[in-house]
Amino acid sequence: MSSSTGAQNPFLEVRNLRVHFPTDDGVVKSVDDLSFSVERGKTLGIVGESGSGKSVTSLSVMGLHKRGTADITGEILLDGQDLVGLDPDAVRRLRGKRMAMIFQDPLSAMHPFYSVGSQIVEAYRVHNKVTKQVARKHAIDLLERVGIPNPKSRVDDYPHQFSGGMRQRAMIAMALSCDPELLIADEPTTALDVTVQAQILDLIRDLQAEFNSAVVIITHDLGVVAELADDIMVMYAGRAVEYSTAEDIFTNPQHPYTWGLLGSMPRLDRERTERLQPIAGSPPSLINVPQGCPFNPRCAYDALNGDLSTTERPEFRDVGGGHFIACHLSGEERTRIWENEIRPKL
Amino acid sequence: MPATVITYIIRRLFAAVVLLFIVSMITFAIFFVIPKLGGGTPETLASRYVGRAATAETVRLTAERLGFYDPILVQYGHWLKGIFVGADYDYGPAVDHCPAPCLGYSFRTNQPVLPDLLDRLPVTLSLASGAAVLWLLAGISVGTLSALRKGSVLDRMSMGVALAGVSLPIFFTGLISLAFFSYQLGWTAPGGSYTPITENIGDWAYALLLPWITLAFQFSAQYARLTRAGMLETMNEDFIRTARAKGLVERRVVVKHGLRGALTPILTIFGLDIGLLLGGAVLTESAFSLKGLGQYAIDAIKNYDLPKVMGVTIMAAFFIVLANLVVDLLYAVVDPRVRTA
Amino acid sequence: MNSKRLVTAVAAGAAVAMALSACGGSTGGNSGSGESGFNAALDKTLNPSEKKGGVIKIANAGTWDSLDPGETYYGYSWNFLRLYGRSLVMFKPAPGGASNELVPDLAEKLGEPSDGGKTWTYKLRTGIKYEDGTPVTAKDVAYAVLRSTDKETFPNGPAYFEGFLNLPEGYKGPYKTPDMDTSSAITTPDDQTVVFHLKEAFGGFDYMAQLPQTAPVPKAKDTGAKYKEHVLSTGPYKFDKNEIDKKFNLVRNDQWDQATDPNRKALPDGYEVEMNVNADDIDNRLINGDLHIDIAGTGVQPASLSRVLGDPSLKANADNPTIARLWYTSINPTVAPLDNIDCRKAIEYATDKTSYQTAYGGPFSGGDIATTIMPPLIPGQEKFDLYPAGADGKGDMNKAKEALTACGQPNGFETNIAYRAERPKEKATAESLQQSLARVGIKLTLRAFPQGDYFSQFAGNPPFVKANNLGLVVNGWGADWNDGFGFLSQIVDSRVIRETGGSSNTSVRIPEVDTMLDAAIAETDATKREAMWGDIDKRVMEEAVILPGVYAKSLLIRGKGLTNVFVSEAYGMYDYLALGAS
Repeated sequence: MSSSTGAQNPFLEVRNLRVHFPTDDGVVKSVDDLSFSVERGKTLGIVGESGSGKSVTSLSVMGLHKRGTADITGEILLDGQDLVGLDPDAVRRLRGKRMAMIFQDPLSAMHPFYSVGSQIVEAYRVHNKVTKQVARKHAIDLLERVGIPNPKSRVDDYPHQFSGGMRQRAMIAMALSCDPELLIADEPTTALDVTVQAQILDLIRDLQAEFNSAVVIITHDLGVVAELADDIMVMYAGRAVEYSTAEDIFTNPQHPYTWGLLGSMPRLDRERTERLQPIAGSPPSLINVPQGCPFNPRCAYDALNGDLSTTERPEFRDVGGGHFIACHLSGEERTRIWENEIRPKL
Repeated sequence: MPATVITYIIRRLFAAVVLLFIVSMITFAIFFVIPKLGGGTPETLASRYVGRAATAETVRLTAERLGFYDPILVQYGHWLKGIFVGADYDYGPAVDHCPAPCLGYSFRTNQPVLPDLLDRLPVTLSLASGAAVLWLLAGISVGTLSALRKGSVLDRMSMGVALAGVSLPIFFTGLISLAFFSYQLGWTAPGGSYTPITENIGDWAYALLLPWITLAFQFSAQYARLTRAGMLETMNEDFIRTARAKGLVERRVVVKHGLRGALTPILTIFGLDIGLLLGGAVLTESAFSLKGLGQYAIDAIKNYDLPKVMGVTIMAAFFIVLANLVVDLLYAVVDPRVRTA
Repeated sequence: MNSKRLVTAVAAGAAVAMALSACGGSTGGNSGSGESGFNAALDKTLNPSEKKGGVIKIANAGTWDSLDPGETYYGYSWNFLRLYGRSLVMFKPAPGGASNELVPDLAEKLGEPSDGGKTWTYKLRTGIKYEDGTPVTAKDVAYAVLRSTDKETFPNGPAYFEGFLNLPEGYKGPYKTPDMDTSSAITTPDDQTVVFHLKEAFGGFDYMAQLPQTAPVPKAKDTGAKYKEHVLSTGPYKFDKNEIDKKFNLVRNDQWDQATDPNRKALPDGYEVEMNVNADDIDNRLINGDLHIDIAGTGVQPASLSRVLGDPSLKANADNPTIARLWYTSINPTVAPLDNIDCRKAIEYATDKTSYQTAYGGPFSGGDIATTIMPPLIPGQEKFDLYPAGADGKGDMNKAKEALTACGQPNGFETNIAYRAERPKEKATAESLQQSLARVGIKLTLRAFPQGDYFSQFAGNPPFVKANNLGLVVNGWGADWNDGFGFLSQIVDSRVIRETGGSSNTSVRIPEVDTMLDAAIAETDATKREAMWGDIDKRVMEEAVILPGVYAKSLLIRGKGLTNVFVSEAYGMYDYLALGAS
């Protein structure tokens, strides 16, 4: 599978990733046979409900699963180097330096007992042998860069003295302290006000342009990645169900689950006539993933395929122009339903 | 901010003084009101301060000398007055002045209580501080290791030993360890050993080593359990994931980020423990025959020497209050959220 | 859960194993002089030696009541005090019964009675000085005795002198009544002579003259209640450093002159004394050799008892002396039907003496079965048994039933028995009596009272005893000194009974005995006097108002490395004056 723009070698390439957690009740297959890639300067949005495996994927890339708890197979190639099976300390040295991560809730993700500045300084000094003074100067510059007003005095503030948006800016500053080539943002705006969300997203976009990093944004909300992502991967039950350019996903979505996500997306550009439509039902157990299509129990259109949905797992396949989906519905059916039943309601 | 800190401290100290008075009143009541309710008379009280086969006259004279015929409030008033202006005590050929603050004057030894307390304080202080260092080191490191290796053999073993530490009384472990390490092996000093730190720091530590270890054994158990619980919770916090995401080595993640977060509840308990111990590590001092405040308290109670009991109770209460104040101030140092709240 | 419990068990097991190995390890023992062994120091001197030097280490589980000779009232303290104070007369430092002999100390010879025993004269030896070099005069002895009568300043001391001396009315000691003329009580015709004038004749006055209260105190150096902080020594040792209730040490007193003192050898160079030492630790340190003397002399702790008795090498270094203490039960004739002598006799006969002994811990830690009031080591004690308990010591049921019939209560009766709640042995005694008396139908109900007020408010308070039917009162008595007066006067004299309570005698109200006591007290001939004490003992027993239980014994550990070790019967413990350190 290659990305829509082709040419360059991807900076991050994930191949056939499987992340399984053995538990007393059975093996939890959080991620099952997942492949994707991101190039430098590009942004990939990974979208799905909680439990779809998107966060597990990002933690696997960062090597943040607790040793011994996760059973990871497949390949995670960072600039061509496979991180799976690599010495944990070698992965640690890449963390924060070549790949960095922004977390969902900046209040709990920052240590409450240390000042914002010292936490950035710490992140910088792990990978750079500089004095505290130099690192502090760097931290102030970073805070200024991410738009913290009066950074010279705010650098000594504690996380609880920052507003939610400022904290996330500070988190971003921390993540960017070593100019990472891969930035993973896990629900970077979920805990924030709507207006602040837009600012943070703008900031990420600006910074990406500036640093030319590969960015992975993980979200349950398609709206977040609408303007930001070049490509979008929709995940369900530990697998990719649709993958294409962002434009394609929004203008020509092919998978019933994506339709559902679009339906439940809040839209700012038009007044809503109906209430948001959450996708009925809940995701399947990852221990006993049902035979056939995992989305089958929640799919409104499974009857159109006869027994196929319950007996056979749909292949993740290219349906044209690098647009991948995993669905048994025929092309005509998908076009008909999208054009007639879904799009008019959005 | 410093101004508010100062007012805070002043307010707390004032509350502490009030508390000390209440403690003194209760102690006084325990010694005077309760025996009275049980049918005691000034003479029966006084009969505890005379030798056996004392005549009725001796008992009466003693009751009179100790002021037991006065109403209880007057007696308490005398004691209170001593604190502010001092008090005079007849010891036969002359009168002894107990200068303010006079915490009392022993019925038995004819000594003011305060100098006695100050004389014994260094022993208790040495015992408590040395043991505290040991139990903090042992408790926190064992607790941390147990938390990181939860469910491992190490975890189970150390928690088992911790259970033993909590369950075994110190007069048992103390005497056993004395018998074994001091008398059998000759590694440590015999019971009753004590050299002031000002004289020789090496002798000081040698003499107190076994009491420290014994006392610390009991406390480290509790601290290991607390640390373990705290670490298990803290290590699941988001900021630990952040610290790892920065690429920090695991030790730094555990110590600087994990432990720091888990320390707050430990600080609370530590404040209480150290405050209680400074008031007298009663069992340890008794097992090791150390002449500290706890021993003093036991001796005072055995001899019904009320002024001593009052003095040592006030002292103990003072340390508990002080330790809690220090803990509260330390909270602000540890947790910046407290400072601005 | 299980694994935790297992670990605890292992840990506890390890601790016990440690304790056991600690026990087993400290054997070693005194070999050498083949004469050591269990009870070897009871009647002879072990490791006799004249070698000087060394320091004797002493521990006290509690504290002294006072180091002031005028105020101390413990046997061990009197025993020990002879190291730094010389009273007019003293008990002879000799093994066994010889220790009950009084010998002159400060005085040249024993007291000379005149006026039929109402006046006693003592001549002081010459050349005796205080530690500061000042010579001791008769005035200092008189002053010491007078000051000790100020019970407001010295509440702890014995009160014999103010009872017997013919002091002027209203005399309150030299501090409060300094100008009062005391020549009616004590006179000092010259610097070497002190004369005591008594209210009544008292034949055994030498026993009072051996009280530490006659040890001289120089008026110029007297600091009243604070004198205990630095007692001026007249003995071979003086206080070097004295931290009240913590520790003190004695060093040689260079002003003491061996030529003036035939009784003291002064072998060690000094004594180190530590107070408030954990009682169990004292036993361990004695066994280990880290300590020479447990000064209280009351014997080992229960924890060490079986250990010492069970290990032959430890037992060989222990002594089990009888002491001048009787554990007994008062039978109150003020409580019906015990006003009838036959009902009292029924109790004497029905008592299981073996079980009584077991209640106190058996023959070693408890003592020997008693049939008299005075223990055997009191001079004049006569061995008799008016109410034989049968060959097995379990009581004579036939005699008991006969007595009950004679009393008019053939099926028994009910009464109460009082004991001190804090004393498990007394509780066991009460239970033992409950069982043995039930065999003849006498039903006892147990009543526990706090020991602090046991005599003042409860078992020693006659109206309370009567109102609450305390027919039996578990009791005990130890003599201040080993003679009939010291032992009997407080427990068989009906005149010490106070209606307001406070006396340990509530049951002995025999006018004839009071008369006998007065006669014995006035008798100046020791041999005659001693026989009279024995008669009193028998007379009281005839009335069946005291049920003797056991003559108390203690188990003492001999400190390692001590020389001249022997038990002094006078003190019921090792003689502290004679000991040396090898």
